Amino acid sequence: MNNLVKTFENRRNLKSKYKKARTISNTLSSKIDVPKGLYEQCPTCKETVNMKNTVDNKFICKNCGEHFRIRSIDRLKITVDSDTFVEKGHGYITLNPLFQDGYEEKIADYKEKTLLDEAYIYGYAEINSVPTVIGIMDSYFLMGSMGSVVGEKVTKSFEYAMYKKLPIVIFTASGGARMQEGIFSLMQMAKTSQAVLKHSNMGLLYISVLTHPTTGGVTASFAMLGDIILAEPNALIGFAGPRVIEQTINQKLPEGFQRAEFMEEKGFVDKVVNRLELKETLSNLLTLHRRNQ
Amino acid sequence: MNILAKERKVRELESKIDALGSEEVVNKMKLEIENYKQEAMTNLTAWDRVLLARHQLRPTAKEFINYLCDDFIELHGDRLFRDDKSIIGGIGSINGNIVTIIAQQKGKSLDENLERNFAMPHPEGYRKSLRLMKQAEKFRRPIITLIDTPGAYPGLEAEERGQGEAIARNLLEMSNLTVPTIAVIIGEGGSGGALALGVTNRVLMLENAIYSILSPEGYATILWKDSTLASKAAEAMKLTSYDLEEYGIIDKIIKEPLGGAHFNKIKTFQNTKQGILEELYNLRKFTGEELRDTRMEKYRKFGFFQRFNYDNL
Repeated sequence: MNNLVKTFENRRNLKSKYKKARTISNTLSSKIDVPKGLYEQCPTCKETVNMKNTVDNKFICKNCGEHFRIRSIDRLKITVDSDTFVEKGHGYITLNPLFQDGYEEKIADYKEKTLLDEAYIYGYAEINSVPTVIGIMDSYFLMGSMGSVVGEKVTKSFEYAMYKKLPIVIFTASGGARMQEGIFSLMQMAKTSQAVLKHSNMGLLYISVLTHPTTGGVTASFAMLGDIILAEPNALIGFAGPRVIEQTINQKLPEGFQRAEFMEEKGFVDKVVNRLELKETLSNLLTLHRRNQ
Repeated sequence: MNILAKERKVRELESKIDALGSEEVVNKMKLEIENYKQEAMTNLTAWDRVLLARHQLRPTAKEFINYLCDDFIELHGDRLFRDDKSIIGGIGSINGNIVTIIAQQKGKSLDENLERNFAMPHPEGYRKSLRLMKQAEKFRRPIITLIDTPGAYPGLEAEERGQGEAIARNLLEMSNLTVPTIAVIIGEGGSGGALALGVTNRVLMLENAIYSILSPEGYATILWKDSTLASKAAEAMKLTSYDLEEYGIIDKIIKEPLGGAHFNKIKTFQNTKQGILEELYNLRKFTGEELRDTRMEKYRKFGFFQRFNYDNL
């Protein structure tokens, strides 16, 4: 395995200026969604919490255990062994197939804000020294919606895992298919599902980790097709959004509806795992399956 | 003036004919109506096609099946929970070709629509169709799906029973089938609910049907916060058969008579039957593996983006 890592390292060092600009994201400093200052109010329990402690605590509120939404880069930091991640699939450019007003500007804006190409990154990584392919959706990039580029990159990540004969772990966080790209986004659902199928036919493991929020076209495609489906506590998981359901049935939804624990009870999630134990759980599962491969 | 207003005018003119006495005047009037139809009902806008796709009189899946099949035996239930009436499925023969047909069924009246849930399937509907597809594969029958739904049902029970999982499973399993599969979009093709029956070797589409990621109303609400802009959204979404054929999302357009499928149902059914038979004939020469692989290749290519290849710099 060391050889493989070395090859990747060499290749990374050889890459041109474009690649160099992109690797910046690997060394980005930690940023957190809600709070900016040293002490902030937790949006759930309304207690004042020390943000530095929260960041050290894997972005979980120490008081109430609320799992904050996190950026893909932070997710990477708390999940994989340091310095093992090699990003793949650079250089995709999102186009505007339906000539929507303002769509290009929106994408450019998000690119600048998040320093990401698109709402999904993937690459080679090790989790407690177990090699795997890891893919992470970023809900900060246009709600992590799946357009042509995200669909293509998800498909590519499965193909890369097939090529390397590695398992794949995908963290989903998405509002669904991207409306601005219309029918092309819809077709990504079929494309990514087929990627899961091909990867699965090779006898390889696919673990999907559903994080807050996973809805719409992503739930109805690759997110729900994992061999093992994990979820973070209190994550929203569903096909239709809560607001749409409320409008349809004309009544308030019960407390905890469509949350991770609810989905576990209904039998659509294998296990709800606290973020603090997620890395251990993943590496255990990957190790258990390594013997069989 | 949209297509429905134009249609009302045609009907109005037609109703006047009976009142007229002499044959000469009647013929003149008929000619006038034909001319008006020719003029008014060609060059439809996207919104016109949305209205036609949802037209009250538009033939539903059952009417198609009755014409297509000499005999049709409907099969019920997903063997897990219950029978979903918004999807009908069964075995029939089209000109001697024995096929499995799975279709989304809208109702003609309000009562029937309530029974059919306005053709918005629950998870058990998708699980039923998957069961029938597996059955078709076992007995080497081609599969034909007729798509006509506003979308998968966004309700409380549907979520509890895993709407997302049911659709995802269908997408995956339909890709893996080793028998010829043909989808025909006969009315509304709404989002994941339509795609869950639409991952097929060939996708045919009636001229005035629509196929989109969500309804124009929903699109206008999400992007412009105003559902009254639906007609503008319909133009922007590129949901008509001609747009989709240009993008390569669908393979072939089935022509409809002037003014929409309901003006001459038999003609519509004939065209549809011919289209299906042609595709069945074309797909007959492939083996099971070839069918699966070509289907996957087709869907693998979908997407609209560029890649900046840094390796070649």
